[in-house]
Amino acid sequence: MDLLEYRGKQVLARYGVAQPPGRAATTVDEAAAAAEEIGFPLVVKAQVKIGGRGKAGGIKVATTLDEVREHAASILGMDIRGHTVHELYLERTAEIESEYYAAVVFDRSAKAPLVMLSTQGGMEIEQVAQEHPEALAMLHVDPLAGFHPFHARRLTYEAGIPADVVRPVGAMLATLYKAFVAEDATLVEINPLVITPDREVIALDAKITLDENAMFRHPENADLDASSDADPQEAMAKERGLTYVKLDGDIGIFGNGAGLVMSTLDVVAHAGGAPANFLDAGGGAKADAIAASVDVILSNPNVKAVLFNVFGGITRCDEVAKGIIDAYGLLKPTVPFVVRLDGTNDVAARKLLADADLPGVFAEATMDGAAARVVALARGAETR
Amino acid sequence: MSILVGEDTRLAVSGLTGREGSYHALNNRRYGTNVVAGVTPGKGGQDVEGIPVFNTFREAVAATGANTAMVFVPPRYAADSILEAEDAGIATIIAITEGIPAHDELKVFNVLKRNPDVRLVGPNCPGVLSPGKANVGIIPASFFKPGNVGVVSRSGTLTYQIGNELAQSGFGNSSIVGIGGDPVPGSSFVDIIALFEADPETELIVMSGEIGGSAEEEAAQYIAEQVTTPVVAYIAGLTAPPGKTMGHAGAIVSGSSGGGQAKIDALEAVGVRVGRTPTQVAQVAVEILRG
Repeated sequence: MDLLEYRGKQVLARYGVAQPPGRAATTVDEAAAAAEEIGFPLVVKAQVKIGGRGKAGGIKVATTLDEVREHAASILGMDIRGHTVHELYLERTAEIESEYYAAVVFDRSAKAPLVMLSTQGGMEIEQVAQEHPEALAMLHVDPLAGFHPFHARRLTYEAGIPADVVRPVGAMLATLYKAFVAEDATLVEINPLVITPDREVIALDAKITLDENAMFRHPENADLDASSDADPQEAMAKERGLTYVKLDGDIGIFGNGAGLVMSTLDVVAHAGGAPANFLDAGGGAKADAIAASVDVILSNPNVKAVLFNVFGGITRCDEVAKGIIDAYGLLKPTVPFVVRLDGTNDVAARKLLADADLPGVFAEATMDGAAARVVALARGAETR
Repeated sequence: MSILVGEDTRLAVSGLTGREGSYHALNNRRYGTNVVAGVTPGKGGQDVEGIPVFNTFREAVAATGANTAMVFVPPRYAADSILEAEDAGIATIIAITEGIPAHDELKVFNVLKRNPDVRLVGPNCPGVLSPGKANVGIIPASFFKPGNVGVVSRSGTLTYQIGNELAQSGFGNSSIVGIGGDPVPGSSFVDIIALFEADPETELIVMSGEIGGSAEEEAAQYIAEQVTTPVVAYIAGLTAPPGKTMGHAGAIVSGSSGGGQAKIDALEAVGVRVGRTPTQVAQVAVEILRG
């Protein structure tokens, strides 16, 4: 679960991470009210879960209430690399002497948390790693032993942090590590981490990713994701407990098992089509579960055809076929379905579909054949 | 031969008294797996269709000589259960549970790595099947028969798909190992490929990977240096957009790492043939097996 900047800062505030005063807003009026509370000058920042906000015009300084209203109006609703801005964060400007970078990352390859520190903040860390590798200090921490003061000393001295802020920057790293573990985060990143002329260390941005599997330990974090920028189909799928990811194409995908669904997306692309979604129905073969999934797929107006690709292991293909037939009757789709069922009870399943003889439901025997068929149907190259 | 599970397997099931646990454990027993014990705290002394239940893994091991554990308990208890099995001296631990917190998996991995005698498969995996010998987990055994193809995969259904196509061409399996779709799997491709390489009966290895992490790249390097058994590979998620988790918690392309094409390139660079669809994988495998 990726958090918006201001939500991430709320989490960090619990650990005493210093930051300028700020408030979130979803309308121009709310922004103006927030500004009056915070005071000027301030920054109006688009809240989206993607980098490059500044370059896209999503971060603007305001010195008057009129400017706040003007910026809020222009930023709200703005599209930043495919993300629509629904929320703003207004924050007092900070005086900046230096911009650093600090992060704790869940390094799955090393099976250990990776702590990074650089004096080259404010730019993408990949760029720093490439252009100034000497300015990037990093080390892995044994998760059983935890983060110790010597880790902080190693990082601060190796990164070339000025002597007078070695201690507060080191303390900041310890705090970030503590938050990373305590909140079950997979990423805690501060970029930039700012040194003010008063030699204070403050967080100007925050990028935090929390592990959804650990949410049972953190009921207080459950509503951190209650932002309004969720895609309508994804929100609908989440409500129904489905694993759904919206994509750009026009072919709806229904499958079971994450690997097989990923593979289905690839095979459709290989056949020249573009999937509209990832949907893993898991082991749920019952008719109502299938109808719920199909409903989500069809609620995406871009969908021109739907491919069902199921391999029955524990899931029984005949139950899936029944589910598809019921869903078809219930939802009366206007787009064609291509169905490929293989595995447990597949013969019975194919017979059920043949007997039902639904207009616009096409059975295919292989994955590759089904992909070719659904692509042709989506293009309108084939009709019944 | 087979790897990880076989005729010597003596299985203790954590979560045997739960609905899923009992269903699959009894399925495994019907297949011929020697299921010797269940572990559920507070239910020691009971039994599930004749399988005795113990309060702790230590008791189960002492009473039954269990040498393999299957973990079926809910996510919040799973890490604890894995560590308990290791503490009781069990050498092979197969964790089916999906949804274990990443930090718990990290802790488990780092504890277990200090014990060279223990092997964890999973979590979030379908288990291990050695056709004709033993099935530990939820792999539908009816599609597979004994043979010489070793399969290792991050995905369940995709394994069944590829395995089924191989079976239709007449080829069976030494063992089928699901390593799971989580960010910190107990066993990597390298670990399992090493076991297959040492297994005289395995003549071909099929590895089914997916986007996210670097386990496939690490496998490529290992294959180049250590493996003489031919390997055929598949990578799922080539067309997945960056930054989105595709069902499996571990399947995410983040920044410049974890992309599918880089994995294919790494494998092909060391001579591993990579099928572009599951069907192609089976075709290439059959081609190699028929010489």
